[in-house]
Amino acid sequence: SLAGFGELMQDVLWCFSQVKGTVDTGVTEADIISTVEFNHTGELLATGDKGGRVVIFQREQESKNQPHRRGEYNVYSTFQSHEPEFDYLKSLEIEEKINKIRWLPQQNAAYFLLSTNDKTVKLWKVSERDKRPEGYNLKDEDGRLRDPSMITVLRVPVLRPMDLMVEATPRRVFANAHTYHINSISVNSDYETYMSADDLRINLWNFEITNQSFNIVDIKPANMEELTEVITAAEFHPHHCNTFVYSSSKGTIRLCDMRTAALCDRHAKFFEEPEDPSNRSFFSEIISSISDVKFSHSGRYIMTRDYLTVKVWDLNMENRPIETYQVHDYLRSKLCSLYENDCIFDKFECVWNGSDSVIMTGSYNNFFRMFDRNTKRDVTLEASRENSKPRAILKPRKVCVGGKRRKDEISVDSLDFSKKILHTAWHPSENIIAVAATNNLYIFQDKVN
Amino acid sequence: MFVRGLKRKCFDGEEDIEGTLAGIKAIPSYNLQRQSLLDMSLVKLQLCHMLVEPNLCRSVLIANTVRQIQEEMTQDGTWQMINTQSTGQASLDRLVSTDILCRSSREQAEGKHVPGYSTFTKDFEGDQAQDNSETMSTASSVQAPRNLQSNVWEMENPQENKGNFQKSLDQIFETLENKSPNSVEELFSEVDNSYYDLDTMLTGMMSNTKMGHCDGLETFSSPSTTTSNSNCKSDLNELDHIVEILVES
Repeated sequence: SLAGFGELMQDVLWCFSQVKGTVDTGVTEADIISTVEFNHTGELLATGDKGGRVVIFQREQESKNQPHRRGEYNVYSTFQSHEPEFDYLKSLEIEEKINKIRWLPQQNAAYFLLSTNDKTVKLWKVSERDKRPEGYNLKDEDGRLRDPSMITVLRVPVLRPMDLMVEATPRRVFANAHTYHINSISVNSDYETYMSADDLRINLWNFEITNQSFNIVDIKPANMEELTEVITAAEFHPHHCNTFVYSSSKGTIRLCDMRTAALCDRHAKFFEEPEDPSNRSFFSEIISSISDVKFSHSGRYIMTRDYLTVKVWDLNMENRPIETYQVHDYLRSKLCSLYENDCIFDKFECVWNGSDSVIMTGSYNNFFRMFDRNTKRDVTLEASRENSKPRAILKPRKVCVGGKRRKDEISVDSLDFSKKILHTAWHPSENIIAVAATNNLYIFQDKVN
Repeated sequence: MFVRGLKRKCFDGEEDIEGTLAGIKAIPSYNLQRQSLLDMSLVKLQLCHMLVEPNLCRSVLIANTVRQIQEEMTQDGTWQMINTQSTGQASLDRLVSTDILCRSSREQAEGKHVPGYSTFTKDFEGDQAQDNSETMSTASSVQAPRNLQSNVWEMENPQENKGNFQKSLDQIFETLENKSPNSVEELFSEVDNSYYDLDTMLTGMMSNTKMGHCDGLETFSSPSTTTSNSNCKSDLNELDHIVEILVES
């Protein structure tokens, strides 16, 4: 059931559903999840990790015998998407970490997804094989070649059933187009093109062509000494294939129209909120840097995440956001420490629910936050093994910001800053969410009566 | 740019200070905290140069913070206070550690060039103890390995980024003593030319030659000649000066 579709909104009760990953106290770096994404139907859920692997989970068919299981996600395919590389020219390693996964809409029996590391985007085809041909003429069942002179009869190979096998094959490799680190990929609504964005440039690709890409945004200054701003995220409009947005490290969003010029260095719209002079500090710019930008499903709004807030912007209003939500404002007095330990540079993502009525983003201590845009209510939940009894309802969490700490509250100084929820995903049409907590993937669903 | 009263909100724990007496104490504390923020930022920029390409967004944000502090300190007039004996000492320590950093990264990159370099460093370490009056003699001993050094730089094209790394680190510390407002840009330009673009890397190499050995030595032999702000060597401690010459491209 969809929450918030014009009806009186009852608070959704979130329950634990599943957790994937090991319970080890020592985390292998390679297992850290770096991206999470549902496909367009929600049937598949993909994760990418620092070790360059992609794991795809598939939702099992709902069974009348076990209605409470509500379609669990099980491993469907695992493959190594990217390998570590060495750039000999610069004597630097290229990490295999998967920065982003984006699904293509399904057009036939196979599934297609884009996965990218810092430099190279790959198009993967994930397909099932449940039949195999038998009765070849030139080779026998073991695969050994038969002597052609010994063949006296010709036969037609037939397809026979076999155990289901899921194969992932790289269909395209889009390489050597990015000097800087790729932070975003976005599939266009025409399903023929996609874009990849790095710190200074955005390139447009055709899925069929790997040796060429069009540069559509270039903010690299002629003199690198003048560099003060980088691109942090980019996304195509969900319906208008000529429109895209990109965000910057200075807290601005530019909307571009590809019909106006080949090189979209001039924006069609420029979104920036005027600075609040009373909150000005040496860290103001850093905390205003946008870490993620997402169009609403409707295409009417964009959501941005900066260090302390999530903002919703109306495409028709450039001078300020229409909504601002405080994610963890209690960190404002800790910015110097967070600068020292580099946490201030953490890039949190944000997501819309299917009806664009609720937005979600992560925080520290394995907390994540949801904001209901209609009721203006918000909730803080935690992804932890302690709350992982099947269908256990998640209890809202609260951070105590001074004064007397209540029993269930946690004080700011007790927060674990190594446990950060950077990546979350929301099922396109149901209240199912996936939350990546370091090397564990949590799946939560709303309570079924 | 900022009202004095507002500045106190900038750093952690400042809100706890109450009362005028504590408020008076807060003002010098602010300068100290600002200075430590500047130092922290410069160290962060230095630590960017690891095996993997540094995160450009992070570097840009830190560099902007450094620039902001610098601008404020210039307006305050406190920028002048930086160039004291104690900081000179501290920067020397940092230069030594830079040397070690550079040597370890060079060892993995340029096996055959290391002997020449380590010979030089032995000389350098021996020279450390010498005071300013002996700099002329040190200069002559420096000239001997200079040719080797220039060979290292010329042959170093593919590894040029490492050389610029050393150079950019020196510039990082040079900025502490250099009163030029452009120094942060230079600092950042060297970092980026090294790492990000073959084209700009090579053009960077071309523009770097203006600060080459000849220039350095000319400046040294005629200390009154100072051309661009980057050749503002006369302000520096002489020992720092020698290292500057030796590691410049």
